[in-house]
Amino acid sequence: MDLIVGFLILFGFLFFTGGAVGILRFPDFYSRLHPAGKLDTMGVLLSASALALYNLHPFSLANLLTSFKIVLIVIFVFLASPTATHAIVDAGMRAGLSPWKKGR
Amino acid sequence: MNSMPVKPSPPGKIGRGSPKKSPLPFLASFVLLFLLWVVLSGRFDAFHIILGLISCALVAHFSSDLLFSPEDFQGMPRKAVGFLAYLPWLLYQIFLANLHLLRLSFHPRMKYLIDPYIVRFRTRLRGDMARITFANSITLTPGTITISISLDGDFKVHAIDRKCGEALPGEMEERIARAFGQMAVEGAALNRNGKR
Repeated sequence: MDLIVGFLILFGFLFFTGGAVGILRFPDFYSRLHPAGKLDTMGVLLSASALALYNLHPFSLANLLTSFKIVLIVIFVFLASPTATHAIVDAGMRAGLSPWKKGR
Repeated sequence: MNSMPVKPSPPGKIGRGSPKKSPLPFLASFVLLFLLWVVLSGRFDAFHIILGLISCALVAHFSSDLLFSPEDFQGMPRKAVGFLAYLPWLLYQIFLANLHLLRLSFHPRMKYLIDPYIVRFRTRLRGDMARITFANSITLTPGTITISISLDGDFKVHAIDRKCGEALPGEMEERIARAFGQMAVEGAALNRNGKR
């Protein structure tokens, strides 16, 4: 059990790191939003499910409820993250910022 | 239906309210809110439950037309089952695409690999819920972000490279159409399988 939890957390961190590195390395505003909006979502999914699993260990109603709350956080992030990403991209488009193209 | 993406309807559709009020939106928001209350409070004594019932009823009464419109409830159980069946596939796609993006962001010659461009296409999906699900699914699968949807269903999508962009609309649209029980023939309002 602990092994699975450790594995999930490690992968979650890997995705978070990838997101941070991606934000720094991608060439423009729009392409930076790709790692910012999505690798983070994946990181949250993995590390939060690891926490929910770990928390279940001495099984009781209170722990079950806490795990449910953690799952609720994941669901909320899954709803909010694409919406926020979309809003930011839309704002960029409305302001007239044109996307980075290859070979310019 | 806890995890349905919910977003305010586009500006043109705000004044859509039907004159006859259906009780379904109220009931659905009430049940959702009350479930949330029970999970978040974690107390099961009469005082807290009754407090929850009262406040959920109040909030559901005031804001039920914000969350759901009565049209959303046509064939609701089927849609719910279809949506739940669609989720595992979506998660798998998110995982695959995340690996792709992760590889890109650590790749030493990333700037030669990516080729951002904007995909435009018209969807055949009808209904706010189906389109919102589609738009959010596009944004969640890395490599693609939905920029805008017009009222007629014209999508603009920012894709990070050709591979990500060419997968659109493709299989995802088909699966969502199946999940919501609509298989529209291109350009026509005919249903191939008939609306169930």
